[in-house]
Amino acid sequence: MSVLPYLAAGWIFLVGCYGLATSRNLIHAVGCLSVCQSSTYVLLLAVGYRRNGTAPVFSDITPGSRPVVDPVVQALALTDVVVGATVTALLLALVIQTAKRHGTVDPDELSELRG
Amino acid sequence: MSRKVRLWLLAVGSIGVAVLLACAAFDLPGFGGTSHPYGERAVRSALARHTANVISSVNFDQRAFDTLGEESILFAAVLGTVVLLRETRDEHSEPPETVQVDPHVRRYALIALPVTLLIGLYVIAHGQLSPGGGFQGGVIVATALHLLYIAIDYKALERIRPAAAYAIADAAGEAAYVLLGTAGLLAGSAFLANFLPYGTFNTLSSGGTVPLLNAAIGVEVASAIVVLLARFLDQALEIEGGGSGETGSQDEEAKRS
Repeated sequence: MSVLPYLAAGWIFLVGCYGLATSRNLIHAVGCLSVCQSSTYVLLLAVGYRRNGTAPVFSDITPGSRPVVDPVVQALALTDVVVGATVTALLLALVIQTAKRHGTVDPDELSELRG
Repeated sequence: MSRKVRLWLLAVGSIGVAVLLACAAFDLPGFGGTSHPYGERAVRSALARHTANVISSVNFDQRAFDTLGEESILFAAVLGTVVLLRETRDEHSEPPETVQVDPHVRRYALIALPVTLLIGLYVIAHGQLSPGGGFQGGVIVATALHLLYIAIDYKALERIRPAAAYAIADAAGEAAYVLLGTAGLLAGSAFLANFLPYGTFNTLSSGGTVPLLNAAIGVEVASAIVVLLARFLDQALEIEGGGSGETGSQDEEAKRS
């Protein structure tokens, strides 16, 4: 079945969304957002895969001797991973401050504004 | 909104998105197929520019301007974390106590430290040749420094890691990338264009500006991760008081364990 990897990416995205919507803990919510984001890696790598392909690195193979997988999507996934990690760190820092100011990390209890 | 209504709304939305995603998936070219027009063009131009690692060529040559944007997101995220996790007025910091580390852990971590550091630098330097580059190598270098925290204690880590210096290095890495781009302009070409000779294929000096941009990214990512972890570790180990009492007691627990 040749569409299975694409469907798997969509499924991971929806699982992350479900977690985000039902989360009772902000740390858990940040984790779910990371799950949503990881679905993009699966999608990108699935789009770029080529049967019998190897890594697009020509330091040890002769150019043209073997098919290689799509380097463009690999480059996109690479930067996505690093940027995703730092943005997750930023969100976790926000959660720490929320926990300090409000004494809770349950999003349902964070309804009022406080200076 | 009650929990039940919210779940129903989520179910309706999810089914809609799932249907759209499934329709899109069945219209995509089949998994593992041979048609990759962008990939083939990227490989061809990477070989023309003497860069053995096509991914590095894509990131630092063919779409270097995009990478500048991604790097700026990284920079901004670190800046935001530093601002959010600073010591506030009603908090004070206390140096954490020294704890005895298991000698096996200490020995292993101290052996692993220089090896990890070397691997990190190798990965940054060989980004244009083998799988790797500034992003991955930077993370490995930053990890190597934190082995000192595992091996000895937080004070030892703080001695080799003045967070302010790393914050400056972070900014310098970002600036170096932009300046290298401007050098392309001064050389009579476009912003971030490759203006250096391409060198010999499959040697360290190949790829023109790719190794230099890799080094700039390596410096930025390594110092960004060090600064990030410094803020989080300070928060867990040093900063006391402020806000609700709940987090304060958690800090104390973290210190004891």
